[in-house]
Formats: sequence, structure tokens, C-alpha cells
Amino acid sequence: MTTIYIIAAIVLIVAILVVIFRLQVLSAVLKGRYEKRVGIGNDINALLFVIVFVVGVGAFYYSYQAASEFFLPESASVHGVKTDQLFWVTMSILVAAFLVTNALLYVFPFLYKYKEERKAYFYPDNHKLEMIWTIIPAVVMAGLVVFGYKEWTEITSPAPKDAEVIEIMGKQFAWQVRYPGKDNVLGNYNYRNIDAVNEFGIDMNDSASYDDFIPRELHIPKGKDVLLNIRARDVIHSVFLPHFRVKMDAVPGMPTHFWFRPTKSTADMREETGNPKFNYELACTEVCGRGHYAMRFVVVVDEPADYEKWKASQETFASLNRDYAAEKAPKLVGLLPAKKVEVTATADSTAAAPVDTTAVPASH
Amino acid sequence: MSSSDIHIQDHHAHSHDHDHDHEHHELPWIRQYIFSEDHKIIAKQYLISGILWAILGGLFSLIFRIQLGFPNADLSWMKPVLGEWIQNGKLDPEFYLAMVTMHGTIMVFFVLTAGLSGTFSNFLIPLQIGARDMASGFLNMLSFWFFFLSSVVMFTSIFISTGPASGGWVIYPPLSALPQAMSGSGLGMTLWLSSMALFIVSSLLGSLNYITTIINLRTKGMTFDRLPLTIWAFFITAIIGVLSFPVLFSAALLLVFDRSFGTSFFLSEIYIGGEALSNQGGSAILFQHLFWFLGHPEVYIVLLPALGITSEIVATNSRKPIFGYKAMIGSILAIAFLSFIVWAHHMFITGMNPFLGSIFMFLTLIIAVPSAVKAFNYIATLWKGNIVFTPAMLFSIGLVSFFISGGLTGIILGNSAIDIQLHDTYFVVAHFHIVMGSASFFGMLAGVYHWFPKMFGRMMDERLGYIHFWLTFIGVYVVFFPMHYIGIAGFPRRYYSWTGFDAFNSFADLNQLISIAAILVFISQFIFIFNFFYSIFKGRVSSMNPWRSTTLEWTTPVNPGHGNWPGDIPHVYRWPYDYSKPGHNEDFIPQNVPFSQTPHSNFPHEKDSQE
Repeated sequence: MTTIYIIAAIVLIVAILVVIFRLQVLSAVLKGRYEKRVGIGNDINALLFVIVFVVGVGAFYYSYQAASEFFLPESASVHGVKTDQLFWVTMSILVAAFLVTNALLYVFPFLYKYKEERKAYFYPDNHKLEMIWTIIPAVVMAGLVVFGYKEWTEITSPAPKDAEVIEIMGKQFAWQVRYPGKDNVLGNYNYRNIDAVNEFGIDMNDSASYDDFIPRELHIPKGKDVLLNIRARDVIHSVFLPHFRVKMDAVPGMPTHFWFRPTKSTADMREETGNPKFNYELACTEVCGRGHYAMRFVVVVDEPADYEKWKASQETFASLNRDYAAEKAPKLVGLLPAKKVEVTATADSTAAAPVDTTAVPASH
Repeated sequence: MSSSDIHIQDHHAHSHDHDHDHEHHELPWIRQYIFSEDHKIIAKQYLISGILWAILGGLFSLIFRIQLGFPNADLSWMKPVLGEWIQNGKLDPEFYLAMVTMHGTIMVFFVLTAGLSGTFSNFLIPLQIGARDMASGFLNMLSFWFFFLSSVVMFTSIFISTGPASGGWVIYPPLSALPQAMSGSGLGMTLWLSSMALFIVSSLLGSLNYITTIINLRTKGMTFDRLPLTIWAFFITAIIGVLSFPVLFSAALLLVFDRSFGTSFFLSEIYIGGEALSNQGGSAILFQHLFWFLGHPEVYIVLLPALGITSEIVATNSRKPIFGYKAMIGSILAIAFLSFIVWAHHMFITGMNPFLGSIFMFLTLIIAVPSAVKAFNYIATLWKGNIVFTPAMLFSIGLVSFFISGGLTGIILGNSAIDIQLHDTYFVVAHFHIVMGSASFFGMLAGVYHWFPKMFGRMMDERLGYIHFWLTFIGVYVVFFPMHYIGIAGFPRRYYSWTGFDAFNSFADLNQLISIAAILVFISQFIFIFNFFYSIFKGRVSSMNPWRSTTLEWTTPVNPGHGNWPGDIPHVYRWPYDYSKPGHNEDFIPQNVPFSQTPHSNFPHEKDSQE
């Protein structure tokens, strides 16, 4: 019943509007508006341009003030500080250009609205003027390119040799990370090895695999270079670490990389933002299906000492899945007990939390 | 061959043309209005299809805007229309993505390519260059009906139970290649690809026809340096289309192979749905290169016609020549050339070689120069003009404003170092919706308001036009300006909801504002739709040249028949922008007026050439 009322109301409103419209057309005809070249509408429109511009700039200013607290969240990487700077320098040039050109665009219609007695100024071109406004943007662009190029090459240069290597893998719809363990070498993988246990497709016949571990959070050390080895196993995902200004696609069949140096630990950020619950996050920015918006992964930046402690407390994939490892690599299974003992010993000696509770940030 | 036809018509003067007209009056109704070969009817067919698609595309955007603005709302009221896609009062996340995808596809291809280029290239090319019709009326007709077929296929895909294509309008594989990845990648994607294949055929037929017509069928005296800027824009647009659409076709074809015939062009090392696929050695990035090789020129395919239309309207209604006519042509050519070598700026962080990234950053920022020249030239045209605010003029000024605002943010995104943070955030959404979406859309609306009298012989109501403009203009800024803020804060695109992240938990109010504004903008388009359809039948009857314009289309009768001019095709003696020429008593001199008739306003070099 309500639906019928709503439809009836809409029909009625539309009918009233149409009648009003007809009346204004008829009155305009009677007043002879159409015989004149322009009507009062010309002045109103001219004025509106100026009003809209002034109100618009006011709204821009006000909304900017209100929204800017959330802009470019506190940068927590070395290159992030520089790209932020580049962003704001570029942005201020653009805002200036935006205001000047739009001011002209809105003021000219007001100044030069139609007047019966005036004739427009026949002004087909002016080469000098055109040269000026070709060269100025070209020079500004050249400057921006140079700075951008410098930053970009630095960011994308090969990672330092001593960088912490961590593998990130995207899948529908979660992130997983793998650390190389004691030997600092990530074991080989092959997508054909993937199954319910071995989500990374780790090659258990590679001895480097035996100390790899797969924690439930991404821990990275403050002040040290971190190299992310990025891949995906089903569709394209994209690693986005907003606070570190890091973004790189995760592509099935084509490993990618990104390295950066975090500068603020989770604890530092909690203090700085005044938010005791602050956490760094990893998000997906390449549409990957139904759960695209839910690929959240917590990132923890530790002080280097805490980081080493945390690493040592992690149990390896192989020791957590002894039977699986034994089945896949009977020849290398000899490696396992040794590792197992070692890891357990470390875990005991530091009294660190068992693997399952590593979700609690280790930075305290 | 076609050009010789025209010669025959020229020589045979009236008697021939009467026969010609007579012949066409006898055409059966279906050949006159449905399977018509008359470029004017085909243009109207494109326009009306474009309007219908725009309503649908707009409606889809409202569905996902409601989800984003009111994430906790109970959407059960949509159930009668959306059915199973609403579960427990919530929109299905995959359907959300389907709506995003279809909105993009429809707006980019069906509205702003077919609706804009299809309408105005078809309508204006023969009328403004002085031709009786397109070089091949039959191919032109075929072009529309391929588009129609493509529309039908795309429309059908909306209703299937697995949903339409939903991997984003860029359809990156493997997501689009594997039905296991999302349900929209099943039949929906097959239909999407079929529809696009048909669309590309339509676009190529159209473009080849436009190019041929412009090169061969210009009337006597219509040299290239006397072409209106609209025609220059359509000409270059068609060339871009011919060069780039086949690349999209190849990408689509290879994707079809990967999907259906087990090839591995884009697929490699994939484990999905509990099994490892056998595909190896393909490259997902290859698809992106192929896609953006069309995808970026596509931006200019939708934008250049709008800029051409604006050039014409701004000059006419400022009563001034367009400032820097040659510079305008030069910048169109420069933009067109550069548009082919900037595609990879969409791919800075895809894992592409970073050195390529540097090259593409450099090339991308160059494109700002010709764009800036265009913007300055528009502003200089307004300066010291005698401006008449027709609705078309308002929309053209609006376009220039969007072109500047949206173009500027492109300088940020084109800088690869800054793009790392902003790529695939709402900053990008804001950027291209302003510079490409809204600007082109305004160009289309401006064109409709301006050439409506020529299309239908009647005038649209200008007051409704004013209301429509101001609501839309302000609305577009309210919708897209705050998206920059959201993007700078890091919000990713194509998110069903942001509340799961601490980092993206702000701005709920701003998203609500955007959604409300979007709904209002959508509703205000019905003012236009009413005005459009009402005026077709009941508008005031137009005079021959209501805007006092110089170009040839206004020398035809109020309702031109098939063949456009009842008598001889007029000759052209001057450029199209002789507005307010000093010494002339009127503030415009049409292109078909010889210099010998305007002795008081001629510049020393202006003499009629020997005939």
C-alpha cells in the first residue's frame, strides 16, 4: 500500500512540476522574452559564476581544514617522508594554478556578459602569449619530473644486501608471510606443491626450507632495510602499507619486490598518535574478488632487539608439520629433529609466547 | 568513388536533388527510421541509446554509492529489483563489484564513446564539412546496429544468475579469466567479451567512415585549415580509435582463448579452488599492457570530441574567434600522439620494470603542456567576449573547469614516486571522474543543447537548461572534490566497506555526503531528460540559425532531409571563426559568405581564390 502512495505522490509532484513549467513557458512567450537576444537569465548566470566561485573557494578552504587531519597518515618510512614532501610541493603548485585559472574562468563570464551595444574583441591569436603559456607549464613539468625521477629511482633501486628478506603471498582473501629463518634463505617453492597444509607451496626437498617460519603477523625491524618478496597464488592482489608509502602488485607467476626502511615502531606510533590501540596495517589495493575489502593483515614494527627476539621465538613450518615434512621429503627429514630441538630450546630459554599467541604485539 | 558522386550532384543542380529527395520519401518507414542510412537518423539513434545507457549506468553508481555512504543501512527495499543479490538486507559484495564494473564499462564505452562520438561525429561531420552523407551510409548503419547488438548482449548479462562481469572495467586476468575466482567471471565475463568484440567492430566501422568522409567529402573551399575544431577533434579521435581499438580486440581475443581453449597467454602458476592449474609461462602484465594501450587513448577518445564541441560552442557564444585556432589543432595532434605512449602510467606499481616507469612518467607529464595550452586558449576566448549564456555555453564553461581541475591532479598521479601511495585510491577515482567522466559528459550535454535545434527543428527550454546546469555542475564538484580527500587519506578503490581497517575508518560523514550529492545529481538529470523528450515534440520551433553561428550546418533548412541541402552544397570561403570581425555590421560571418561580399571587414591577405 505504501508503495502505491509513494508512486502516486511522485506522479503528483511530477504533474505539478510540468504544469509550472508550462506556465513559465507561456508567460515567457507573452512577455516576448524570446524576441530578445538574451533575457534576464544572462545576467543571473553571469552573476552565479562569481557567486559559485567565491562560495566554492570558501567550501574548499573549510572542508580542507576539516579533513586534513586524516591526510597522508603519519609517514613511517624513510622514502615516505620524501614522497610526502614531493606530494605537498606539487600540490601547492597545483592549487595555485587551480585557483588562478578557475578565477579567470569564472570572472570573465561575469565581466564580459552580453551587452547589446558592445562588440566582442576580435583577437584570434597572439604568438607571444601562446609561447609564454606553453613554456611555463613545460618548465614546471620538467622540474617536477626531475624530482620525481630522482625519488623513483632511489625507491626502486636494488635492495641493500643486508636487508631483511620477507616473503608476502596474497591469496583469496588473505595475506600470508614467510620468513627465511636462521639461514636467511627462503626455501624454494613451487605452486604445484600447494595444498591445505602447505599454503606457500614450499619445496620440502630444499634444505633451506626447513627453518622457514610462517607467523600470523608481519613483523619488521625499525631502522633496518626490509625487502618484501611479493607474489600471489591465484589472482592479482596488491600489497598496500599506507603508513610506509609502500604499494606493489602481487602477481601470480611473476614475483615482485619492494624495499623500504621503517622509521617508527608500533610503540612509537602509539605514542605519537595518542592511540594506544594503533596498529600498522596491510591492505589489498587490486580488486581480487568478493573479499577484496577484507584482506587486512596486522603489521608490527619492533625495535631491532625485540625483532630478533620475536624471530627466535617462532616455530618453523617444518617442525609444526613434522609428519607432512617427513612424507614430502623423506631424504631430508634428518634435518628436522635437529631444528626441532634447537627451536624448542630457544623458545624455552626466552620464555617467549608459544606460536599461537604471537598475535600479541611483541614490542613491549 | 564517393567524392565523384558529390561532383555529379554539384553539376546537376536542382533537378537531380529533387529526384534524390523524392526517392528517399518513398523509402519504407523501417528504412527511414530504423535501418536508416541517413547520418542524422543514425546520430539520433546513438544519442537516444546513449541516454538510456547513461540512466542505467548512473543508476548502478547509486546502488554502490548507497552501500558506501550508508554501510549499515537495511537494503531490503531493493529486494524486489535485485532479488537474491540482497541477503539479510545487505548487498552482496560480488554484486557490489559487478555494479562497479558495469558502471565503468557502460559509462566509458556505451555512453562516452558511442553516445558522444557516435552521436556528434555522425551528426556533425557531413553537416559541417558540407557533404550529403557519410562516405558509406551502409557501413554507418551497420556500425550502429553492431553497437545495438553489443548493447543487447551487455544488457542481457545484467540479468543472468551468476551476475555480470565483476572484475572491474579493466578486467585484469587472472581474476577475469577464472570462473573459480568470482562468479561474475563465468558467463557474465563471456558476455562482456562478446559484447566488447561487437562494440569494437562497431567503433571501427564508424571511425573508418568518419576518417574517409572528412578526407574525401569536404565541400569546395573546405580546406583542412578551415575545418571547424569539432571536425578536427572527431577526425583525430577516429584515428586514435582505429589504431587502438584493435589492440583491445586482440587482448579480448587472447583472453577468450585463455578462458575457453586452455591457452596460457595471461595465466601462470595459479593455484585456485583447491587445484593447481596447468597454465604456465603466461604474463598477467601483458594483458595490462595491451589493455592500457587502448585504455589510455580511450581517455582521449571520449575527451577530444567533448573538447571539440566546447571549442565550437565557446567561440560561438563568446562571439569571438577561438583563441589560437592553429595552436588548438596542434594541441589536439600532440595530445593524440602522446596518448599512445603514456599507457604504462597506469602500471607504475604492477611490477613492471621501474626504468619503464621513469620513461612513462616523463612522457605523461609532457601531455600536460598541450592540455594547458587548450585550457588557456579557452579562457583567452572568453576574455573581452560578448558572452551569451545558452545552456550549451554553461556546460562548455563547466567542461573547461573540470578539464582544469581534473587535469591538474593528473600531474600528481603521473609522477610515479607520488603514485606509489595514491595508486588505486579514491584520489584516482576523483581524478578521472572529473577530467574524463564529468568533462566528457558535460561536452555531450553541451552538444545536445547546442545542436538540438538542428536535430529536431525545435528549441529546448533554456530555463530548465540553466537549472539542470547549476544543479549538475555544483553537484559534480560536491561528489568528486571530497574524493580527493578520501584518496589522500589512503582509502582504496573498489572496497565494499572500509570499516574493517583502522587506517580507513574516518570519513564516514564525507562518504555519506558524496552519496547524497550523487543521488541529487542523478535526479536532476531527469530535468534534462524531460526537457529533451518534451522539446522533441512540443518545443518552440527553431529558426534556421538560432545561435547566429558561422558553420555550414546552419545553412541547411530547419529540418534538413536526406542529402542535407535541398540545392547545391554551399562553398566555403573562410575559416569558421569570423565572429565580431571589425568592420562588419553583424557579429558573425558564415563560412559560405565570400570575401567579395564583405569588403569592409577583410584583412589584406583575405581574397577569394580564383575559381
